[in-house]
Amino acid sequence: MQQVKRNRLLPVLFRSKVPEAQDADFAAGDYDPQGQGIPLEGAGRIRLSTKRADPAPSRWSYRLQRWMLTPGIRLGLRIGVPFCLAFAIGSAFLSSEKRRDALNMFVADVRASIQERPEFMVNLMAIDGAGDSLSADIREVVPFDFPTSSFDLDVEQIREIVVGLDPVKSATVRIRPGGILQVDVVERMPVVVWRTREGIEILDETGAHVDDLKARADRADLPLIVGDGADKSVAEAMALLHAAQPLGKRLRGLVRIGERRWDVVLDRDQRIMLPTERPVRALERVLAVNEVQELLERDVAAVDMRLGARPTIRMTQNAVEEWWRIRKASGNGQ
Amino acid sequence: MMADLYQSQRAMRQMRRQAMQRGVVAILDVGSSKISCLVLRFDGTGRLSDDNSIGSMAGQTGFRVIGAATTRSRGVQFGEINAMQETERAIRTALQAAQKMAEIRVDHVIACFSGANPRSYGLDAQIELESQMVNEAEVARVLSACDVPEYGEGRDVLHAQPVNFALDHRSGLSDPRGQLGQSLAVDMHMLTVDGAAIQNLIHCIKRCDLELAGIASSAYVSGISSLVEDEQELGAACIDMGGGSTSISIFLKKHMIYADSVRMGGDHVTSDISMGLGVPMANAERIKTFCGGVHATGADDRDMIDIGGDTGDWEHDRRTVSRAELIGIMRPRVEEILEEVRARLDAAGFDHLPSQQIVLTGGGSQIMGLDGLASRILGQRVRLGRPLRVHGLPQSATGPGFSSAVGLSLFAANPQDEWWDFEIPIDRYAGRSLKRAVKWFRDNW
Repeated sequence: MQQVKRNRLLPVLFRSKVPEAQDADFAAGDYDPQGQGIPLEGAGRIRLSTKRADPAPSRWSYRLQRWMLTPGIRLGLRIGVPFCLAFAIGSAFLSSEKRRDALNMFVADVRASIQERPEFMVNLMAIDGAGDSLSADIREVVPFDFPTSSFDLDVEQIREIVVGLDPVKSATVRIRPGGILQVDVVERMPVVVWRTREGIEILDETGAHVDDLKARADRADLPLIVGDGADKSVAEAMALLHAAQPLGKRLRGLVRIGERRWDVVLDRDQRIMLPTERPVRALERVLAVNEVQELLERDVAAVDMRLGARPTIRMTQNAVEEWWRIRKASGNGQ
Repeated sequence: MMADLYQSQRAMRQMRRQAMQRGVVAILDVGSSKISCLVLRFDGTGRLSDDNSIGSMAGQTGFRVIGAATTRSRGVQFGEINAMQETERAIRTALQAAQKMAEIRVDHVIACFSGANPRSYGLDAQIELESQMVNEAEVARVLSACDVPEYGEGRDVLHAQPVNFALDHRSGLSDPRGQLGQSLAVDMHMLTVDGAAIQNLIHCIKRCDLELAGIASSAYVSGISSLVEDEQELGAACIDMGGGSTSISIFLKKHMIYADSVRMGGDHVTSDISMGLGVPMANAERIKTFCGGVHATGADDRDMIDIGGDTGDWEHDRRTVSRAELIGIMRPRVEEILEEVRARLDAAGFDHLPSQQIVLTGGGSQIMGLDGLASRILGQRVRLGRPLRVHGLPQSATGPGFSSAVGLSLFAANPQDEWWDFEIPIDRYAGRSLKRAVKWFRDNW
């Protein structure tokens, strides 16, 4: 028997008793699972006359839909409502002091747990290009205790501090893989010793302070300069010292006079007073004269080159008296 | 009375302008068998393609269909509303579905309907020009000089379109403005319908919280969409076979010059089948659309159709009928409709037109073999028409049943100048200077 397709929406009525005799064939048809009897196909259509649902929207649902399709309302629902909701929830949550603290604590914990991972830890500082004392100084001034997290290290700040040290000319600071803070330092090379009333310093070629000395003898290899403001014209001093090499051991040092010109001081209290302008040229002239006339070997107290057009020699007291004696002896009054 | 109509039509034009500014308007075709709604979005004026040809969309590129819905019509008979609540619900259903598809709220609607006894009048007038040149005011003056016939109490003018201008002895001008001459004559086509039908439709649309931005006769709009350009120019008749009424429109020189409707349609064929075979209307409709036809052949005698039933009575539910019988039921009714159309066309003097092209459209035109039958009754040059293609129209709405909806879209995008698009001549305002002042303020501020 053909299976009848049944409309599931309709209630199925069942015969009150199981068919028998010549109707028994129908018993092979659909049995109700609960065994109530045989369904009466089509009996449910008694209910069919009930009114079907109206497909048209009701007046209010129509209006509501139109209202929801209005662009302003749509925008408000899409952006305004989520925003207000998030804002309300956020402010309700943060209104309690306890919850706020807990949130801050939680954030701090998470931060710390990330920052203190071994990948981000810096364990030691390596310093290249600095002597022992300078390294010790650098270790002293860098204000971090290792190991520390690389998030806490401000590399630029460390560099500023290291460069701030006098003996350091320049420095690069970086964090090397493996948790090492690498500090590469270029030290200042001292070229002169500068003696002042306060003490003895060594300066590099730019006149910058490198270190203090206890005694001149500690750096006997370096030439000596003296006088106020001498450190501001170290470059000129270096040029003069270079030009004064023929004087050799006789040179004692340079004296800055009135913060504007140099005196070259030799042993036996001899001085070569150089002009403000072009002092090297003046010194070379003196040396040339010395070469020929052995000027400085004589009993001369000072060679005054301050006026280039009129170089002047001051003799010592002995020499003057000797000169007078010789003139008297020769007697011609020349 | 004339002024009232003038004002209400102008108000609708104003609404249409607002809708264009907002860029969205709904198209509502209230038919007897279905109510279809399209939502149009206007994106700028229609542009021609680069090579200045009219392009594949026939120049109709100024708008796009963004929502479409169709629902079974309720409470509409012969193209007129006769159960207001039901119709309102059906309109709401269609509009809601279309709005949902378009995802935008629509506030303006342009509607068309087919019934309400449309009647055509040809008006003409001639005036002497005050100035040498024809300007807007002169056109308005000649239009208002037309002597309106007595078209009966309770009827309203639906369309009043100037179809032809003549300047001195030159006729056939479509736009005389700016031309020089002595006397200007105009021929105008005026279509009147029962005012009650319009009022009912307006009321239904108001109850759906919508503004009516225009109203048109479906005879006119289905002619716009299903007649091709040449046919509109050379003269053709468009026969829109709807559910409850069959509307006829005759076009010449791109203007509608005659419209009428026969109060019979596809629903009558269905009810014939329903009565003849003793089946419910729904079954009859299904049988008609799947198996219907108007030409019986020998094979149709052996082609048995299961007409079914739902009573639970085995004998009753397994009735069959041969296709020849079905055709025997359908054919006389279709013939009757076409004979009636023939009579209307004859009355309109269609056989005097230069071209005798007839285009059948509307849902009823899908009956198999209809073109053969129609060419026997109406004349040799009959074709089945489908609406023009427009942007974004879903495939399901491209059939001939949607020619009036599509035509209404075209009408909404490019309405033809009607009487009320010209200013009322000044002399009509005489003695109402206060109103004029108010109007001036309203227009200018």
